[in-house]
Amino acid sequence: MSLFPFVLGLADDALILGHRLSEWSGKAPMLEEDIALSNLALDLIGQARLYYQYAGEIEGKGRSEDDLAYLRDEYAYTNLLLVEQQNGDFAATMVRQLLYSAFMLPYLQAMQQSRDTRLAEIAAKAVKEMAYHVRHASEWVIRLGDGTEESHQRVQTALDDLWMYTGEMFHVSDDERALVAQGVAADRAAIKPAWDSTINRVLREATLQRPKDGWMQTGGRTREHTEHLGRLLAEMQVVHRAHPGVTW
Amino acid sequence: MIDALGPPPPSPPRKGEGSRASLPLVSKPDFEMARAHTIAAAVLDPEIPVLTLEDLGVLRGVERKDGRIVVKLTPTYTGCPATLAIHLAVEAALAEAGLPEARVETVLSPAWSTDQITEDGRRKLKEFGIAPPNRASGPRALFGEETVACPKCGSNHTACISEFGSTACKALWQCKACAEPFDYFKCI
Repeated sequence: MSLFPFVLGLADDALILGHRLSEWSGKAPMLEEDIALSNLALDLIGQARLYYQYAGEIEGKGRSEDDLAYLRDEYAYTNLLLVEQQNGDFAATMVRQLLYSAFMLPYLQAMQQSRDTRLAEIAAKAVKEMAYHVRHASEWVIRLGDGTEESHQRVQTALDDLWMYTGEMFHVSDDERALVAQGVAADRAAIKPAWDSTINRVLREATLQRPKDGWMQTGGRTREHTEHLGRLLAEMQVVHRAHPGVTW
Repeated sequence: MIDALGPPPPSPPRKGEGSRASLPLVSKPDFEMARAHTIAAAVLDPEIPVLTLEDLGVLRGVERKDGRIVVKLTPTYTGCPATLAIHLAVEAALAEAGLPEARVETVLSPAWSTDQITEDGRRKLKEFGIAPPNRASGPRALFGEETVACPKCGSNHTACISEFGSTACKALWQCKACAEPFDYFKCI
């Protein structure tokens, strides 16, 4: 595997989840949460920019971060299916955030040891931000799970619905395995125990049932997406595509 | 909007004020480079206009590359919108000082930490009404319980309202003693 698709995958994950969170701006359940979700979005979009800039340099075809974000179609995106899922209600957004950030925190910790200096540097910055994401999402899942009958039901439903997208986070493709062997990529599969430990601790305190590990839906990394990504991209890319090369 | 509740910013410090101590050591005198360092160090943060870039700890040195002066800055948060504004402000200040060729370059490593805010910077934050960050930042401190003193009355009887505030670097707290809501410069 060349480094380009690997870095692009990390960039796509961060951008798509960052964009999803930004959809809450101006309409979150309360002002503090509106600001919090916008801050989380900003962190992720900032991380995506660092990865896209690097990906563009690796590819060497002169594509900028904007070219990579705004001028690729759905079938060129390689993000995890989890991050493109719709926001749903606030509970679903927080469950999705917990599932992702509880993976990314230990993953970025491991990526700090990457033999690729640039990826190690980006990880060292992003890991500090991700620690806040895990804590924020955990606190909400606990509050909602151990809250009212309705909030409990909503967060449990979100967990049950999103669970089948969690397996993809730990899937190491044959191509990625080569980068793991070179010490460039962290081993996703090896992150599972740390993720399990965070998720189990939060779910226990939230009085939520951990869903059974059944059949897992994959496809994002191989460019087969759920119906939601196309609509997200249509909205995210429309201005850039309507006015090519526009700057302000 | 929370910034608007704070006291008005004092007039900007004169260029170079308080930054002489950090003039880079150069083997042979390069007055232009030393001057570029002094100028960049004195540029104010657009979000917290009482802090200079030196106070904030984001200035990572000045060097010459192919004859051209390069000012090295590190971002606070990856997505901080002030990063670009800071770069432009530094280039503008250098151009105004007769160094139009000088450029700003981003360095990521070592990652910025709130521990790099200077003592001077911590004092200025407090005077501006923002509680300075706790020390020993790192994953352990991030997950621990924090005690933050109210920047108005000094009481430790305070509570976190939201971990995310008006900018990426701040959290919203409230003092239970004097009832004042305040920003806390959160530890990363």
